[in-house]
Amino acid sequence: MKKQILTLILSVLPTFAFAAGGGVHLDSAPINISDMESVKRGAKHFIDYCFSCHEAGYMRYNRIARDTGMTDAELREELIFTTNEKGDPTKVGSLMKVAMTEDYAKNVFGTAVPDLTLTARSRGADWVYTYLRSFYMDPYRPTGMNNLVFPDVSMPNVLSSLQGMQKAVYKTETRQDVEVEHVDHLELAQPGSMTVEEFDAFVTDLVNFMVYLAEPVQNERRSLGIKVLIFLVVFFVVAYMLKKEYWKDVH
Amino acid sequence: MSTDVVDKDKRRFLTAATSVVGAVGAGFVAVPFIASWMPSERAKNAGAPVEADISKLEEGRMMIVEWQSKPVWIVRRSQQMLDSLPKLNDNLRDPASENADQQPAYAQNENRSRKAEILVLVGICTHLGCSPTYRPEIGAADLGDDWLGGFFCPCHSSKFDMAGRVYTGVPAPTNLAVPPHYYLTENTILLGEDEGAA
Amino acid sequence: MGKLIGWIDDRFPLMKMWNEHLAEYYTPKNFNFWYFFGSLALLVLVIQIISGIFLTMHYKPDAEFAFASVEYIMRDVPYGWLIRYIHSTGATAFFIVVYLHMLRGLMYGSYKKPRELIWLFGMFIYLALMAEAFMGYLLPWGQMSYWGAQVIISLFGAIPVIGDDLTLWIRGDFVISDATLNRFFALHVVALPLVLIFLVVAHILALHEVGSNNPDGVEIKKNKDENGIPLDGIPFHPYYTVKDIVGVVVFLFFFATVMFFFPDGGGYFLEHANYIAADPLKTPEHIAPVWYFTPFYAILRAVPDKLMGVGAMGAAIVLLFFMPWIDRCKVKSIRYRSNIYKINLAVFVISFVVLGWLAMQPVTSTITLLSQIFSLLYFGFFVVLFITSKNEQTKPVPDRVTE
Repeated sequence: MKKQILTLILSVLPTFAFAAGGGVHLDSAPINISDMESVKRGAKHFIDYCFSCHEAGYMRYNRIARDTGMTDAELREELIFTTNEKGDPTKVGSLMKVAMTEDYAKNVFGTAVPDLTLTARSRGADWVYTYLRSFYMDPYRPTGMNNLVFPDVSMPNVLSSLQGMQKAVYKTETRQDVEVEHVDHLELAQPGSMTVEEFDAFVTDLVNFMVYLAEPVQNERRSLGIKVLIFLVVFFVVAYMLKKEYWKDVH
Repeated sequence: MSTDVVDKDKRRFLTAATSVVGAVGAGFVAVPFIASWMPSERAKNAGAPVEADISKLEEGRMMIVEWQSKPVWIVRRSQQMLDSLPKLNDNLRDPASENADQQPAYAQNENRSRKAEILVLVGICTHLGCSPTYRPEIGAADLGDDWLGGFFCPCHSSKFDMAGRVYTGVPAPTNLAVPPHYYLTENTILLGEDEGAA
Repeated sequence: MGKLIGWIDDRFPLMKMWNEHLAEYYTPKNFNFWYFFGSLALLVLVIQIISGIFLTMHYKPDAEFAFASVEYIMRDVPYGWLIRYIHSTGATAFFIVVYLHMLRGLMYGSYKKPRELIWLFGMFIYLALMAEAFMGYLLPWGQMSYWGAQVIISLFGAIPVIGDDLTLWIRGDFVISDATLNRFFALHVVALPLVLIFLVVAHILALHEVGSNNPDGVEIKKNKDENGIPLDGIPFHPYYTVKDIVGVVVFLFFFATVMFFFPDGGGYFLEHANYIAADPLKTPEHIAPVWYFTPFYAILRAVPDKLMGVGAMGAAIVLLFFMPWIDRCKVKSIRYRSNIYKINLAVFVISFVVLGWLAMQPVTSTITLLSQIFSLLYFGFFVVLFITSKNEQTKPVPDRVTE
């Protein structure tokens, strides 16, 4: 009886997956959060390319230093380039905020620039990985670029110098007696400074960092989890023996 | 019930074993909850060292800098103020700053400072925590003719001299504290750290 | 120690309570797997209260600071992340445990005379728990918190005549806002926990008054020995204390597995959209309630009319209150009941689970049709039960419990 119910419950459990917007196929991001060197590189990429507009306002700089084995001096050199209102360099324990105001962003981009701290948790690593590699040239957009994963996005392709410029290859389909043109796949039209493999590795590091950024404690969480489970197994053994011993009384 | 003989020793042992493991588990579980009361990263960041620029501090004046939510006083003392210090030794509880808790080693001297003329003190009365007022005027009317300048606490009338040393006969038990600090440059003091710290 | 206990016992019914509720509370000896969930529910209540109290020490119930305060707990407070995950996993665990506990009640007829009041207290606990979870979910002030609350509170607007004023009164504002957040905080942290504790105590006292049911549905008090002790009864302490400890450890193993390795639960325990701060101007693509409300949400969506939908959703829960009177069969346990009953109950459970799944899918005509079919099956359970239970073909119920 209980087996049947359990099987039933398990078989109906829906798949645990993020839904892609509009059914776009998402590439699987080859992330590895225990690779702290990759996370460190990704942090640098984040500061170099993303941080001028996007905040990581829930994260403190010195957490990155602690987790990736940087000293405060290294941290200041590699990652901190901001100052506060008085002109004093931002403290290592500060939250990662930027100067751009919401009004300025709305003026320039037409929309506020989202904080990226939790994006890897709200959109998923695969989404971010695919998004960053899916820009293509589109003359009808103000930035001259569009994105397969986030149609009509206001963000310019800040990585175009590295990736190069992609163009869309269209396919025509007939849907309900109407000829519809849609993007079939993207092709590299102008090369950037990196090869495809190099660029994918770059984005992997960046996404690795963003997954870390969304939950910096995750590695410790998992390792503590193992210890807790082992303890519970030990506890189970002794508690079960106790139960069995007392229940000898009961027939 | 059972017809077999109850193995009391085994039961006692297993009960003890289970209790011990359970108690250990409870101890482990308590750790994160108790630890969560320790200062958070936000609190630690707010408590981080603070720079103070004394280039515009005139002689005889005091500036107040906030460090770890406490007032830190920086006073540029005149030579007259420094000269008056030894005269008060008999009226003070701890004239030689022997209580090591109240100042770092480099402030355990006549002037209780690294640089003679610059006094750095935590502006919190060592009695019950009010912030005393700066009274540099010699012979102030309400403080007596023999007042040579210093600090007066309005709450319970504790008095301290121009090196933050506490008078006898007042409720405050110890000298005002000197915070850890050092000079980054001639005119910049870093409050909150001894030199050589990370 | 004995002297201390004696001193207390002269002034407080300590030993009386210990005996009445533990050492001399005679419990059927044939409890099975399904009987773990009562003590586990009590455990989860304690877990939620303790973790909740510690979260309150750092959380800020202000629309401007709430979301950031949760990230503060996750990042800046030492072990704050652990306490948060305990609480979020605990919420899901609470409902899994409670649903299985209720299922046990359905299977073994634990709601039947003389245990109707235990069942009623239990149903009130279920209602209070749903309210508690709903209000708790607003607190992180994420997109799903905000819009989920928006949808559910607007349901009250469907009530004729007073609907709009009622929603205004609940919200304390014209839209979900800081006013709503602050009052939900007070209710979630203080009011409802007190109500829950009171109801749980009442639930257990009512149980102990009549004695526990068991998988055979046999009343053990009918067969007592010369000392007045039920022949099939064993003292709760030490036998079930010792057995429940094992149950707790196994439960904690699953709890820890989820908490440490899948705290998001694939987006079902901590929803993805809730990692975006509440934005009154932008509605997320799918608004679904948290998984434990989904079956009722499916029923709500299945009915095209808003007021009728609310009515159906309410009826789905309210009907459960009346189980002791809808089920007219004298035989308690499923073990001795007809195949009709077994199939009926199985269909009910399957419908409940499928409705839950349906609620999480985007609205299409197929999904709506399926929701309607399974809603009918859900309500059909009560109708079929009422009709068939009066003269049901049951097997003979033994006098004493079986293995």
